[in-house]
Amino acid sequence: MPEGPVPQARSVAFRGGGFAPRPVGIVGPIVFVTLLLLWELGSRTGWISALILPAPSAALGALEDLYRSGLLFKHLGASLERLVLGWCLGTLAGIGVGISAGLFSLARAGVVPLVSAIFPIPKIALLPLFIIWFGIGEASKVATIFFGVFFPTVIAVTGGIDNVDRGLVRMGQSFGLRWSSVVRKIILPGALPAILSGFRITASIAIILLVAAEMIGAEFGVGAYILMAGNLMATDQLIAGVAILSALGLGVGWLIGRAERFLLRWRG
Amino acid sequence: MDLHLSHVSHRYGGVEVLDDVDFTVAQGHIVCIIGPSGCGKSTLLRLIGGLEKPSAGAVLQLGEPPADSRNPLTYIFQDFALLPWRTVRGNVSLVLEDHVLDQGARAAIIDDVLRRTKLSEFGDAFPRQLSGGMKQRVAIARALSVNPACLLMDEPLSALDSQTRELLMDDLIELWSREPFTACYVTHNLGEAVRLGHKVIVLSRRPGRIREVVDIDLPLAGRSAERASLEALQERLWRLMREEALAADQELADA
Repeated sequence: MPEGPVPQARSVAFRGGGFAPRPVGIVGPIVFVTLLLLWELGSRTGWISALILPAPSAALGALEDLYRSGLLFKHLGASLERLVLGWCLGTLAGIGVGISAGLFSLARAGVVPLVSAIFPIPKIALLPLFIIWFGIGEASKVATIFFGVFFPTVIAVTGGIDNVDRGLVRMGQSFGLRWSSVVRKIILPGALPAILSGFRITASIAIILLVAAEMIGAEFGVGAYILMAGNLMATDQLIAGVAILSALGLGVGWLIGRAERFLLRWRG
Repeated sequence: MDLHLSHVSHRYGGVEVLDDVDFTVAQGHIVCIIGPSGCGKSTLLRLIGGLEKPSAGAVLQLGEPPADSRNPLTYIFQDFALLPWRTVRGNVSLVLEDHVLDQGARAAIIDDVLRRTKLSEFGDAFPRQLSGGMKQRVAIARALSVNPACLLMDEPLSALDSQTRELLMDDLIELWSREPFTACYVTHNLGEAVRLGHKVIVLSRRPGRIREVVDIDLPLAGRSAERASLEALQERLWRLMREEALAADQELADA
């Protein structure tokens, strides 16, 4: 090293870090509560007209009335019945068709173009057709949800099967596993993460279609309640109905999260 | 049971991968196959185990596999190929479930192979919790559980760091010394080949042909003490391969 003045020591500037969001549990509820409080305050001071947007307390009152009248569970029950029936049937059929499209070339060649053609059609646009086919009653509402759920499920299952590591499949074959064992013990568990994230999407689609279907000729149901409230300009009831839907969505999301945590616990 | 590869050639589309490969794997011996990258080593192994069909020639079993062998030709893969959703025991159990075995017998086999691979305490662990070396030991346990007549090992140590590789090599030698198994061992690591092979087959670059067959007569267990002669052997193999490896390195993949 050449002789000379001693070089000045400087610490190296830090330039890493970031890009790693971490969960901060308390912030979500705080934002939620703050917004509600501001809203309530705005309504109380008359800054927000009750005609435009009712106060949260008014909506809560509407919800209480609904509960007292005993209609809450009637609406909710009717909605849940359609939701569960439509979602389960759509999911079962979607899984069945998705598995065959994922495993068999012939099924894939037939199903995939069909799914691509029908999936983008808003099922609400077909609702009048469903009413003609299945009548004005429950069947047309369940059918709307069924078709809304069926196609994304097929896509999720087929994609999930495509993404299963073929090395694991070859391993199974190299140990002489039966075809059914390869499907049951390697392909399906491998596709499960993709199938479950498909469930999150189809559950939201099911709730959206539920409300749409209930807005046409339903006596009971959260969608019917909201429609009625809207027709009467009872905005407090409308907000109450929307809050029920939001809670429904959260509840379904929570259930799927639990299922994921249980079924995919091997991911740690 | 011996294995005989009779003039095996293979091509993918228009690309010739293997050309007239012919050798025998004798029972109780480990045959190492080395060659530059892309010379068709792994393809050769897939042909031997029946995961692919050779374009010409045949892979022949000479003699019957032992009656208690549940899967005569059994692979050990470079990437372990463990099911992440099954525990160590579950992964071994997977390959036994299609055989007629009662619960007790199956559990006894699993206990036995886990003990032989020093995994007894880790039966309930999931693969993600294990180090690379442990994962490969699970794969070895799984392979042993079906009583293979011949192990087909596709670069089994290549995904591991060099220290783990040393340890696992010792484990393999110990396993073989206690109960000699037959194996086809594909590797690009000459050190592994001279430590584990009774016979080393040197393949040329694509299309893979047999360039040389080197027999190593030293007993497996004593080899770590014979560093000098092993190094001379390794040097000789490297001289055989150097030109080929250099040429293979400068080839375009799809040319």
